[in-house]
Formats: sequence, structure tokens, C-alpha cells
Amino acid sequence: MAALEVDISGRAGSFAVAAAFRAEPGVTALFGRSGAGKSTILKMIAGTVRPERGRIAAGGRVLFDSETGSNLPPRARGIGFVFQEDRLFPHLSVRRNLTYARWAGRRTGMRAVEEVVALLGLKTYLDRYPETLSGGERQRVAIGRALLAEPQILLMDEPLSSLDRERRAEILPYLEAVADEARIPILYVSHDTDEVARLADRVVAIEAGRVVAAGTPAEILGHAGGEEDGPISFLDGEVVAFDAAYGTVLVETAGGPVELSANELPAGSRIRLRIGAGDIAIATAAHEGLSIRNQLRCEVEKVERRGNSAEVLLGFGQERLTARITAKSADALSLRPGLRVVALIKAISIERTRLLPTRYRGG
Amino acid sequence: MSEAELGILLLSARVALAAMAVSLVPAFAIAWLLARGRFPGKAALQALVTLPLVLPPVVTGYGLLVLFGTQGPLGRFFESVFGLSFAFRWTGAALAAGVMAFPLLVRPIRLSLEAVDRGLEEAAATLGARRPVVFLTVTLPLALPGLLAGTVLGFAKALGEFGATITFVSNIPGETQTLSLAIYALMQSPAGDAAALRLIVISIVLALAAVILSEWVARRLQRRGGNGGA
Repeated sequence: MAALEVDISGRAGSFAVAAAFRAEPGVTALFGRSGAGKSTILKMIAGTVRPERGRIAAGGRVLFDSETGSNLPPRARGIGFVFQEDRLFPHLSVRRNLTYARWAGRRTGMRAVEEVVALLGLKTYLDRYPETLSGGERQRVAIGRALLAEPQILLMDEPLSSLDRERRAEILPYLEAVADEARIPILYVSHDTDEVARLADRVVAIEAGRVVAAGTPAEILGHAGGEEDGPISFLDGEVVAFDAAYGTVLVETAGGPVELSANELPAGSRIRLRIGAGDIAIATAAHEGLSIRNQLRCEVEKVERRGNSAEVLLGFGQERLTARITAKSADALSLRPGLRVVALIKAISIERTRLLPTRYRGG
Repeated sequence: MSEAELGILLLSARVALAAMAVSLVPAFAIAWLLARGRFPGKAALQALVTLPLVLPPVVTGYGLLVLFGTQGPLGRFFESVFGLSFAFRWTGAALAAGVMAFPLLVRPIRLSLEAVDRGLEEAAATLGARRPVVFLTVTLPLALPGLLAGTVLGFAKALGEFGATITFVSNIPGETQTLSLAIYALMQSPAGDAAALRLIVISIVLALAAVILSEWVARRLQRRGGNGGA
């Protein structure tokens, strides 16, 4: 597989960057606060900023190597770049924008234009000009334009950050579709936990220009949740059954089966579940006669008091869940590490985020 | 319109068109340097380009006479290498018109080049386009309104140029006597008032037509999404 290998150091202005990581096919998020150097790293991979030292290679093809002095220009790197602002060519129609890499970049097309048009829902815009489109529509065109450049790596620099909340919600499903069907490494720069949780297969956390952690979204984002929602738990699993009569889906995770409300999903689909800490209740024993569909057997690993509430880290088989309950409940149940408990989660409060492609199983 | 008037008009058009034809590419190159270049002496170049706009036209005409006259160094060079002479010929009128129009051509082009978003050129490069292709498919179309505005302005200036032309190539009917020079000549003769008036009306109509045409083209370009630039 054509993985992207990055090991570079350099500076942009007075800001120093030193990062080494690997991105397999699928979505790797470069995650970190604004100004952490994520975009600079992306520009170095694209070839618009030159690193001082290091090596960048994609599937064995060297894009930059300070030792041999090789440094391909951006146009020869086989990249697709989606910028923060859409950067569509204002004097060209949507169709001419989409196919720019074909007629101006001489990239020979392996995939049909219609396929990308359908994937991003652009059919009705083809003859319009960018200025007549909304921000979300424009960004979709920009994504399609990058895809049609036949990239070996797709680089996305906070493609949603210039959009408002509604536009983001409108465009995320399209990004998910792109992520699911791409067989290439996609580097997705973002500071938004939600986006990263929905899209990423792997997360590389960046702070002050350096890689501070790398791992699955669950590992990296587990404690990065917003203050109001508390930490978010992620469970990756496979759909086992769909109950058409009730609209519920049974998902087998590494910890055990979990049930949630969802539209029909084919059995065998990979799926990522997202559960807010406030949506998990804890009982010391299983109960009959509850409306709550999920009673997951867990073991308390850690209890952390935060003022009047407590965050409880639960081991669920090989998975981890974080529950937020009141400090009073934690004391009443005398929760302590090693205690066997039952996590109660309503099927309706589990969010399904992204269908993971089968081939990245366990990624 | 009499045959003489038509002749004057055609000569003026030939002079102005030739002036634009030779100065457009250098003007674009200079505008590009001023908009994008970073080099010592940029301010000096800027000043030099602006000079014909601020100097008395007579001075520019005198300068041309010194440089491009039969005895001038450049005049001799063009005569011996290309067999091209300027003194007292329509080519000289075109040269004078081109030099006088040059600053008017450079400025709008420079402004519109400065207004082109460099990010778009960067995007084009990531899509595989080579630099000349980026220029032809992104930079040039986006700078087109400015280019057009400059050309119209320059053409109008070239058509009406007076001072430098009469100083450099004199006022020779059929050779260097363009519209403005003809009007001037007619006004000097006691019986020429009516004829001068006719030429004045013709030049007003011509100027109006040019402005309306350029506005129309600019608006069409605008609708296609090009930026304003100038």
C-alpha cells in the first residue's frame, strides 16, 4: 500500500516544526490547536514550504529528501490539496474548475468525472460559476477538483473551518463518503474534535510544531472532549443485525454487543459509535425492567473527581468508556478501581458517526 | 465624411493601433515586474515608467528626437539593423504615441495583477499546472479587465496625442498629421473653423464609442467572474 512517510524539520518564519509520522491509506488527522504548526507541515508535504531537513516519501516515491537534494515542485508531487478557503477559479465554470487538473495539469484521468460529481452531489452546479454557490457548495467543488487531480495523497487543510455550523453539517457526509472510498492516504488538518472523531482512522496530535501522540481517535480524543459534553467515548464495531420493525441496529464491538437506533445498515458494515460521558449511567448490578437497551459489563479503572462530578473510566472488554456522574453517586456506589459494574446506555443516545471501510479494520 | 477626413482618421487609427501593438507586451512585462518583482531599483523603474505622464509632452518629444532622430543613437541603430526610420514618418508618430500612452497602459495592468489572488496560482500548481499554464489559465484571465482598461486608455491617449508627436515628427499631412494635429492645423488657418468643427465632432463620436465599447466588454468579463482590478 502507498503509505505516506514524513520525517521533516524546518521553519516557516520564526515558527519551528519537527514532525515524523506515517499515514496509511485512509484518513489520518493532524490534530491540534490553531497555530500548532499543522498547516505548515501540510504545506511542506505539498511542496509550497521547504523543510530544512528530512524526507517525505509516498509509496516509495521520494517527494523531498534533504540528503540527496531532491525536491519535487508541487505540481509533480501527485497531491490533491483542499485549502481552508475554497480557492476556486472565479472565471471558470464549476465543470472547468473540476476538470482543471485534466486540461491544465495534464493529469490523465483514471476515474470518470461523473463519478466524482455524483459522489459530491455536484450535478446541478456544473454550468454555474463559483460566485453563485454557497460556501458549502464551493468547498464541495474544491474537494471534487482535488480528487479529479488523481492524487496519490489528498491533503486537506481545515476545509470546514471557514464555514458556519450548518454548512459544516451539510458537507460532513460528503467528506465521509470521500474518506470511505479513497484508497489513498488522506491527511486531514483540524482542531475540531467532532470532525476528527467522525472522519479519522488515525490521529496524529500536534503541539508547538511537534508530534506529541499518535493513535486511534479513541486513544487520542478520549479526553479531548468539550467541557460541556465531557469526554467522548468511541467504539468501533461491525453491524450484526438490523431490526426493521424498531429501527435498531446491533453492533458487535471489541467489548461486546451494543444496540443503537439507526437507519438500515447492511450486516458487516464497519461503524464507529460515539457516546457522550453524560449519556452513560453506572449501576453495580444488571437490572430487569429498564427501558435502557444497553447494559454493558465493565470494570472501573479510574475515578476522577472534578468538583461536584466524577469522571469514571470503564474497561469494556478491550475498549474504554468514560462516564460522567455526580460525585454523590460515585460515593454512594463506592466506585473504585477494580469494581465490576454495568454501564447503562440508552440506544437512542448513541451516535453513529462514520462507516469505516472494511479494509481498514482495526486501523 | 470627405476623403481627406477619412484619410486623417485612418492614419490616426493606424498610428494608435501600431502604438498599442508595440507597447502592449512590454507594458505587461513592466507591470508584471512592478506587481510581482522584488529587486533593487523597483522604485526607479516605477518613476521612469511614470515619466511621460508628468513631463511636458514637448520634453518627451524632444527626447525622442534626440534618441530616435536620424542622427540619434537609437535612430541610427533601427535604420541600419531593421531599415526602420522614425523621423518625420508615421512610425515616429506611433512611437511617440506609444511612449506617451505607456504609463496609462502599465498602471491598470499592474493594479489588476496585484489583485490576482496568489492562492489561486498555488492551487493551480497543486493541480499539476506548469507555470506558463498557470499564467495563461489563471493569472491572465483574471488580469484581463485591467488589461482591457489599460488598452482602451492607452488607445485613446495614442489617438489624441499631440505635444510629443508634433515635436518629434512635425505636422505633415498624409504622413504624421493625425486627428489632433489636423484640428490644430485647421484652427491656424482663417477659413478652417468649419472643417475643424467637423473633425472635432468626429473625434467626440469616436471617443464615446470607444468608452461604451470598453464598458460593455468589461461588464461581460465581470459577469464571467473576473476581478475588477482597475
